[in-house]
Amino acid sequence: MSTTGKVTGIVSNLVTVAVDGPVAENELCYITVGGQRLLAEVIKVTGDKASVQVFESTRGLKNGDAVEFIGKMLEVTLGPGLLSGIYDGLQNNLTTMTGVFLKRGEYTDPLDREAKWEFTPIAQPGDKVVAADWLGEVKEGWLPHKIMVPFSFRGEYTVKSVAPAGSYTVDETMAVLTAPDGEDVPVTMTQKWPVKVAVRCYKEKPRPSRVMETGVRVIDTFNPIAEGGTGFIPGPFGCGKTVLQHAIAKQGDADVIVMAACGERANEVVEIFTEFPQLVDPHTGRKLMERTTIICNTSNMPVAAREASVYTAMTICEYYRAMGLKCLLLADSTSRWAQALREMSNRMEELPGQDAFPVDLSAIISNFYARAGMVVLNNGQTGAVTFIGTVSPAGGNLKEPVTESTKKAARCFYALEQNRADQKRYPAVNPIESYSKYLEYPEIQEFLQEKIERGWVDKVLKAKNIVRRGREMADQINILGDDGVPMSYHESFWKSELIDYAFLQQDAFDAIDALCPLERQRFMLELILEICDHSFEFEDFEKCRSFFKDLINTLRQMNYTEFQSPKFHEYEQQLRNHLA
Amino acid sequence: MATKAFQRTYTQLQAITKATVTLNAKGVANDELATVNGKLAQVVKTKGDSVTLQVFSGTEGVPTNAEVSFHGAPPTLRVSDQLSGRFFNAYGRPIDGGPEVEGEEREVGGPSVNPYKRRQPSELIPTGIAGIDLNNTLVSGQKIPFFADPDQPYNQVMADVALRADVDKIILGGMGLSNDDYLYFRHKFESAGALDKIVSFVNTTEEPPVERLLIPDMALAAAEYFAVDKNEKVLVLLTDMTLYADALSIVSNRMDQIPSKDSMPGSLYSDLAKIYEKAVQLPDGGSITIIAVTTLNDGDITHAIPDNTGYITEGQLFLRADPDSGKVIVDPFRSLSRLKQLVQGKKTREDHAQVMNAGVRLYADAQNAKTKLENGFDLSDYDLRCLDYAKEYATRLLSIDVNITIEQMLDTAWEIFGKYFSPAETGIKQVFVDKYWKKA
Repeated sequence: MSTTGKVTGIVSNLVTVAVDGPVAENELCYITVGGQRLLAEVIKVTGDKASVQVFESTRGLKNGDAVEFIGKMLEVTLGPGLLSGIYDGLQNNLTTMTGVFLKRGEYTDPLDREAKWEFTPIAQPGDKVVAADWLGEVKEGWLPHKIMVPFSFRGEYTVKSVAPAGSYTVDETMAVLTAPDGEDVPVTMTQKWPVKVAVRCYKEKPRPSRVMETGVRVIDTFNPIAEGGTGFIPGPFGCGKTVLQHAIAKQGDADVIVMAACGERANEVVEIFTEFPQLVDPHTGRKLMERTTIICNTSNMPVAAREASVYTAMTICEYYRAMGLKCLLLADSTSRWAQALREMSNRMEELPGQDAFPVDLSAIISNFYARAGMVVLNNGQTGAVTFIGTVSPAGGNLKEPVTESTKKAARCFYALEQNRADQKRYPAVNPIESYSKYLEYPEIQEFLQEKIERGWVDKVLKAKNIVRRGREMADQINILGDDGVPMSYHESFWKSELIDYAFLQQDAFDAIDALCPLERQRFMLELILEICDHSFEFEDFEKCRSFFKDLINTLRQMNYTEFQSPKFHEYEQQLRNHLA
Repeated sequence: MATKAFQRTYTQLQAITKATVTLNAKGVANDELATVNGKLAQVVKTKGDSVTLQVFSGTEGVPTNAEVSFHGAPPTLRVSDQLSGRFFNAYGRPIDGGPEVEGEEREVGGPSVNPYKRRQPSELIPTGIAGIDLNNTLVSGQKIPFFADPDQPYNQVMADVALRADVDKIILGGMGLSNDDYLYFRHKFESAGALDKIVSFVNTTEEPPVERLLIPDMALAAAEYFAVDKNEKVLVLLTDMTLYADALSIVSNRMDQIPSKDSMPGSLYSDLAKIYEKAVQLPDGGSITIIAVTTLNDGDITHAIPDNTGYITEGQLFLRADPDSGKVIVDPFRSLSRLKQLVQGKKTREDHAQVMNAGVRLYADAQNAKTKLENGFDLSDYDLRCLDYAKEYATRLLSIDVNITIEQMLDTAWEIFGKYFSPAETGIKQVFVDKYWKKA
C-alpha cells in the first residue's frame, strides 16, 4: 500500500501535504486536481507534513486535494532513440504532445515503443558481467548504441542467454542474466536511472588527456578544453554567450551532444531544431541533429522542472559515456537553475545565504560539475562527458554566488566581456582573464605537441604574452598620449591588436570563418607570430597604425577565404609583399 | 462583478496589510478570484484554512468584517472581434464608454506554447528608424524592450514603430501610464485612422499599482486570441515594465518574502519571463511580437529589473541623448537585436551585416578618439576623421527621427564610409567593397 496524503497549504508551486505513511526525500508524488495528475517532488519533510515542489502550474489546486506517493525518485528512461529527441526537463517527449499549448498533466513517453532496432549480440552465454557491461548493440543513426547490463544491478551476474541478431523493439527481452542469488532476470533495451544519482559503473576516472576540438580559435588555441573536462562561460546579456555555445554545439568534436536549455529563451531552442537538421557535422558528415538531444525547459515553463532538466541531461550523457562515446553537455544557463533553487528555498522560508541563494548552492554546483569526466570502462575502453555551462551573472558582475561557486568547480573559464562586445570584438572572450587549467596538464601538453607540433604550447604562451603586453602598452598610451610614449609602445600595442583582430576574433555567422580546424589555427598563429617577430622602423605612430591596419585587413580576408585555396595564397603573398 | 449561485461568502478577516488580506475559508483554489468589500482580489497563499488574498486596488477602507466572496475561477477576459478599437482597464472592463464585449470567456495567464510547436521567426518588421532597422533589425515573434531613462521619448518612438509596422493588430498594455501619455496614445492612434486594429488595456498612475499586475496577462490573452484563433500578426506594446516589477515587489514584500537583489522578489526572472515568452511565431502564420519599455535609473542597466529583462528578451533598444548631434539616438553599443541575423542579408541586401558591423566599429573608434580629446591629447588624422564620421553617422542614421527604407540606410552608410575612410579602414569583405564602395 503506497503512501497517500492531502494538500494542506499552497504558495505558488510549493505545496504542503499531510501524509499517512512513510515518504522519502526526493520521492515523487501525483496531486490530483480536476481530473489532471500533477507530478511533484518531496523536498522537505517535517513530522507528517511533506513539502513538495510541483512541476506544473498549481492554479486551481485546493486544500484537501488527494496526493499519491509513488515510492520512486525522478528517473529518466534510457534506451535507443534518445538522440535527435526533444524533451522537457522531466523527459517528456515534446514532439508527440498534442496541441499548440502545453497541457498541464500531459506526460509523454520518451522512447518510441514501436520502432525496431537491428540488434547484434556482444556477450556470450556464460559470460560474467557487472552493471554497464555490454550485452549487444544496435545502430542508432550511425552510432553503435550498446545494450548494457542495467546500471542498478549490484554484484556479478552470469549471462544465461542473449537474443540472436535481428530486429527488436525496445521492450523485448534481449538477454537473461542470472543474479548472484540465482534468480533469472530479463534485460530489455531500456533501463531507468534516478537523475540526481551519478552513474559510477566504470573502472576508473583518470585525468583528462585529450583536447576536444571546437573550431573556435580563442578556445582551441588559447584556452583548450579537454575531453571529459569542465568549463563555464559567464557574461552579461548581449555578450554572445548563446552564439558561442551554439558554435561549440555545431562544431565540437563529440559523438553525442546534449543541450540543456535551462530557463532560457524558447526561440533559441527553435533555432537549434530548425537549423540542426540542415547542418552537417564537420567530423562525420552526418546531419547534426542525429547526434543531438535537446532537453528544453524554457524560462516560461514550470520553474521546478528547470532544476530537473540539467540532471536529466547529465544522466543521458553518462548513459552514452558508458558506451565508450564522447559526449558534450551544454547547459544554458546554470544561473537559471540556481535561481530555481533560490525561489524554492525562499518559499520554504529557509535562512538565505548570499544574494538570497540557498547556503548549499556551492556544494550543489560542484557536485554537478564533478559528474563530468573521462572514464575507463570495465572493458578498458574510454568514454567522456565534457560539460560547458553558461552563467548569467546579475548585472554582469562576476562577484556573485553562482559565478564564484562555478569558478571553484570548473577548470576552464571563458570570461565574456561587455567592453569587447560593445566594440563587436566577437567572440567577446577576454584573452587575459580567461584560462584553461588543462593547458598546464603535462598529459594535455603532450597531446597538443603530438597532435599539432612540437613547441606548440610555447607558441601559445608567447602569443598570450604579446596580448598581455599590448594591453599594458595601451594603458600607457592612454595615460601619456600617442606622442608621449616611444614608438616601440605603439608597435607592441599593434602587435597585440593583430592577434586580437586576426586570430581571437572570429565571425560565427560566416560560413568559412565560423569553423577553424586545428591545422588552420596552427597555420594562422604561426603566420601571425612570424609578423610579431619582425622589428619594424616607423617614422611616426600614424604610419605604424596604418601599416598594421593593412596587415589586419589582409589577415581577415584570409580568414574569410577557403584554407589553402588560390585566393588564400594570393592574400598570403600580398601580406608577405607588404612585410618585405 | 458577476455573482454565481454557489458563491461562498465570509465576513471575518484575520489580517490586513496594504496589499493583502488573510481570512479563514474552506475549499479555496489557488489563483482563484474573490471580491473583498467590492474590490477584486486573488488567492496567493493557503495554509490550512488560512487563505491570503492579494487585493488589486489596495486595502484602503477594508474593515475586518468585510464581505469576502470567492468566484471559483481565476481571472478571465471575454474575447471576440469586438475587442478591436476598444479601451479597457486592468480588469478588462471598458473605459471608453462603450458596451461590454460579448464573447468567449478565457482564463488569462494560461499555459505556454510547446517549444516544439513554435516556428523560427523570419519576417522582418521594418520601422524606418535606421538605429533599429540597420543595426538592430526587428523580426516578428521577437520580444524586445526599449531601455530608456524616464526623460527619453520612448512612448512616442514606440507609437511610431507600432503604426509603421505591418501588423494586423496592435495591443497596448499600459501600466502606470500618466494620464497625459494615455491621452497621447489615444490621440495618436485615432489620428492615424488605425483605431480599428488597436486594443488597449490601460492602468494609469491615478489607479492603484497592484492592479497593474493584471495588465500584461489581459493584453496577452487578447493577443493570443488574435494570433492563435485568427492567425493574425499581433504586436503587443507593454509600457512601462519597470512599474510592473515595482508592483510585484510591493506584493512580495507584503507577504514577508525574502527579497533578492534591489529588493525585488527572488522570482522576478520567472515572473517577467512568463510575460515575454508569450512572444511567438506560430505554425499557422499567426505571431505575437512584444515591444516593451523598461525605464532605467540614470542609464543603470545592472539594476535587477533591466538586468533580468535583458536575459529574457531578444535584445534591447537603448535610447539616449547624443550631445554631438543634438538628437536622441538608438545607442549602437548598448542596443542589440538577437534575431537580426535571421533577416539580415536574407530579407535585406547581402551587404547588410558587414555594413552594420563596420559602422559600429568605426563609431567605437570615434568614442576612443573622443576620450583622447577629453584627456587633452593630440588627435591623429584618423581620429579627426572618426569624429566627423561619428557626427554624421549619428545624425543621418542613429537618430530616432530618421524614416527611410533599409536600402536607403545601406546606401547612406556606404556614402558616409566613402567620405571619411579608405576601404581597408572599414574592414569590410572585399567582394562588397568592389560592388558598393562610393568614392567621396
